[in-house]
Amino acid sequence: MKKELKLKVNGQPYDIFVKPKTLLVEALRDHLALTGTKRGCNSSSCGACTIMLNGMAVKSCSILALQANGAEIVTIEGLAKGTELSPLQKAFLDHGSYQCGFCTAGMLMATTALLTENPKPTKQEIKEGIDGNICRCTGYNSIIRAVTAVVKGEYKEAK
Amino acid sequence: MIKDFEHFAPKTLKEALTLLDKYQDEAKIICGGQSLLILMRQGLVAPEYLIDIKGISELSYIKSDGKGGLKIGALTTHRTIEKSSQMRDGFAVLAEMETRLASIQTRNWGTIGGNLCHGDPAGDPAPVLIALNATLKMASLKGERSLPVEDFTLDYFETALKTGELLTEITVPAPPAHTGTAYTKFNIIESDLATVGVAASITLGAGDSCQDIRIALGAAAATPMRAKKAEAVLKGKKISDALLAQAGETASTEADPISDMQASEEYRRELVKVLVPRISKEAMARAKKA
Repeated sequence: MKKELKLKVNGQPYDIFVKPKTLLVEALRDHLALTGTKRGCNSSSCGACTIMLNGMAVKSCSILALQANGAEIVTIEGLAKGTELSPLQKAFLDHGSYQCGFCTAGMLMATTALLTENPKPTKQEIKEGIDGNICRCTGYNSIIRAVTAVVKGEYKEAK
Repeated sequence: MIKDFEHFAPKTLKEALTLLDKYQDEAKIICGGQSLLILMRQGLVAPEYLIDIKGISELSYIKSDGKGGLKIGALTTHRTIEKSSQMRDGFAVLAEMETRLASIQTRNWGTIGGNLCHGDPAGDPAPVLIALNATLKMASLKGERSLPVEDFTLDYFETALKTGELLTEITVPAPPAHTGTAYTKFNIIESDLATVGVAASITLGAGDSCQDIRIALGAAAATPMRAKKAEAVLKGKKISDALLAQAGETASTEADPISDMQASEEYRRELVKVLVPRISKEAMARAKKA
């Protein structure tokens, strides 16, 4: 039997009905058509499905959608302000912080959560911040460089 | 593929216990679900009713027990524990353990009680809580009972929780004076499950002799276990490198590990042999400063 799920995703309220076994990543991708969030390993290992739930980075493949009832969610689609990319998004572009791009949404959400919590992380803290995210193209160094550039203030938040 | 189930989201402990009592073995508790959902996806667990207790805010807290110890609500997330200012002095080991438990995303949502109830012998909290001599409080509609953490896990993924019971609280007593506790685990990927984990708590007496010691092993048997024979090697003695090596040998003999994808039985025994002296030494160094 389907149950009601009320969510706010990227500032937009949604009211949908899902089966209890629906995972949060499925609700976002299949019900709300927000396919920026990737479904990778589906077993909490790869981090491609990372989103922010009430300000925290979590893996949306390992949370029941119903557990997010009433929550405020930010996905990759919510990082840019209009057409203006977020500082991390710009830095990822400039530093080539992706190859195939499959991990990018998760990496951006994990690092956005990191900087929300700790605006001045050390290199070690940046590494720990993306510890739950796997890049199979192994482009970790360019990701760390991009985050470091944002930490140094080289990218400004859109007004 | 996850099998369909009926979902309940009680908001109070009383409601949760009433549902558990009603559905008995047909029901399964989910909290953070960071371990359970993996089993459900593999079809290893397929409950008819899922009682989702994540929203029971009364079970998420860290407070003093009034005697220098801590009371931790079962629903407290790993991340809340590692960031808590109460994890200082003798409890710093809890925060250190949590930081290496899993990725930040998993620590943000997973709970310490859920980890214990999962009953995985490779879980990190159990060995540390055993070394700290912690106890667990369980509640059912019939009342409450307590159990030392070391008696809680009965077998692989099996705990002492009876039908209708829910883990509610972890009590960590104040460590005695001159006590140091340390934990480490060996794994290939940082923040992955332990291939072997070792926790040790040492209380130093007169002349820095070992007055009391608790050594707990993770992923070294079907359950998290105390290495009591290894403890006996050190207890009451002035600790030396030779004695520590002997304790490591003893612990590796009393451990009963399996061979699996991560490591062979022999390899795990070797890890126990190496890690027991190493972490006991660290506990002793901390005890001297305590």
